[in-house]
Amino acid sequence: MPDLAFVFAQSLSGLTAAMFLFLIASGLSLIFGVLRVLNFAHGTFYMLGAYCAFQIVQWIGLDGGRFWLAALGAALAVAALGGIVERVLFRHLYDKEELYQLLFTYALVLILSDVAKIIWGTQQKSVSRPAELTGAFQIFGATVPHYNLFILALGPTIALTFWFVLQRTRAGRFIRAAALDRETLGALGVNVDGLYTWVFVLASFLGGLGGALIAPMRATTPGMDTEVIVEAFVVVVIGGLGSFWGTFLGALIYGQVLSFGILFFPRFSIFAVFALMAAVLMIRPWGLLGRPIR
Amino acid sequence: MLARVPWALLVLIAAFFVPAAGSRFYTFVANDVVIWALFATSLNLLVGYTGLVSFGHAAYFGIGAYTTGILMKKAGLSFLIAFPAAGIVAGVCALVFGFFCVRLTRIYFAMLTLAFAQIVWAICFKWNEVTGGEQGMPEIPYPSFDGVDRVVSALPALGSYRTSDYYYFTCLVLVALCLWALRRIVASPFGRMLTTIRENAERAEFIGVNVRRYELAAFVIAGVFAGLAGGLFGIFNRGVFPDFAYWTKSSEVLIMTLLGGMGTFYGPAIGALALIWLNQQIVSYTQYWPLILGSILVILLFVFPGGLAGAVIALWRRLVRSPVGA
Repeated sequence: MPDLAFVFAQSLSGLTAAMFLFLIASGLSLIFGVLRVLNFAHGTFYMLGAYCAFQIVQWIGLDGGRFWLAALGAALAVAALGGIVERVLFRHLYDKEELYQLLFTYALVLILSDVAKIIWGTQQKSVSRPAELTGAFQIFGATVPHYNLFILALGPTIALTFWFVLQRTRAGRFIRAAALDRETLGALGVNVDGLYTWVFVLASFLGGLGGALIAPMRATTPGMDTEVIVEAFVVVVIGGLGSFWGTFLGALIYGQVLSFGILFFPRFSIFAVFALMAAVLMIRPWGLLGRPIR
Repeated sequence: MLARVPWALLVLIAAFFVPAAGSRFYTFVANDVVIWALFATSLNLLVGYTGLVSFGHAAYFGIGAYTTGILMKKAGLSFLIAFPAAGIVAGVCALVFGFFCVRLTRIYFAMLTLAFAQIVWAICFKWNEVTGGEQGMPEIPYPSFDGVDRVVSALPALGSYRTSDYYYFTCLVLVALCLWALRRIVASPFGRMLTTIRENAERAEFIGVNVRRYELAAFVIAGVFAGLAGGLFGIFNRGVFPDFAYWTKSSEVLIMTLLGGMGTFYGPAIGALALIWLNQQIVSYTQYWPLILGSILVILLFVFPGGLAGAVIALWRRLVRSPVGA
């Protein structure tokens, strides 16, 4: 029986991973909820977020709160890219088959990841943690870096903000309405095209922010995009495609299964995660908290 | 008139002369094309003919490759057993996975096929004792061609060949047989019913067709042929690796199918030829093949949604029609 401190540390590391995944998967889920498209390029936006954060830190440095500027700048850059892609290319595929939309997002993966390779090379890049968050706490005998605690607090904050925007603001009402019935919303005089662009911008922002914030924790390398997008798929499928709290729950479950899976059957923790995804799809295809769609 | 020419047969005969006419390199490329043509055609049965978008077709390719690899390398069995075994094992897995997948529609179907493929990948990646884990399984032996070699050496008119040439001929014959079988399946009443399901599954249900059973049958057949392609590829590649079953492989083969043209029988094979040939041409100039592939894909999606075959057919119709119209 592993001791309690270890279990605690393990579950906290699972939680931290969950919060990152939530940041990324919430954007994916948002796009799916409104546009009914699975955006493979979302993982690439996350990777670009990490690279941009690295680049901006290179330019302006890390100290005196500059890291936060870099993270914000990276997320905004990725958001702008997402908006441009939607406006210039993606919107012309809305009336085409689902497969074409999926393959278009995959084409973006291929193109953008190579562009990242051209700009930043294949060497891994790393960003140091900002000075104000380099220390660590001791809780129940487990060592928890400040940065992880910050992420643990940030996840729910973003979740609540997001929820508030969706439920209590005019823009949020439009987004929810667009998810249910695009034509009727358009007939009521809402600019649905513009709304779609903003949804894409917001989702890309969340993906880019996730990437920028993970840069100080993990090395940024080519290939992190195809890895993370599958993880994000698992999360949104478990929680329910297009369901907001479902994504949060899915991320929590994923984090815990992964971190305790490594503890109990180290070799098959990845297997367990995908098995869970398959099981959810078999029993409740619309996910734990999702609603069946027509 | 041109439709009466047995193009497929002519291409097959021409393909037999590649080792004699071209270099070792061309034989290598041709072998690659032949195997991928089978893989892409098997996927087309699902995506093009039945309307099921599978995002995990690489799973069966990987299963076939590992089956043949393990049987030939670890069990020392003959290719004659290991090759059909690839199809059988992949088919059985497709039956089990497909049973659950065909219950779902559209995006959920795609997601579940992806989940199963990732499970297969995770097993291949981590089960070191059997699959070699992350390192894969290098040095899969070629089938033994001693008997054939003796016959060929006795007949100097045929020329002399390397083992890799013999393997290319073997792949050529086997893939031709598989494509012939698939063509028969597509043209059969069963195949027509698959197309009916693609066009309107609800109506097919109304006229008393058990849609799920037909879809499952298509899923299994596609799995079997993907498995056979995988079995051939493992030997050709001189090794089997977990990324054969990774999701990016599934999208590669989807791109091939789309590039060639879904729903036309030889479209995916043409797609395989075009992509692999282009890859070989471009790799000598630049390492950024994915960038070019992605750009081709974008152009394809926006300008030629019917793929190469669709574009050629459209051009052909225009050429044929214009003198009559004028």
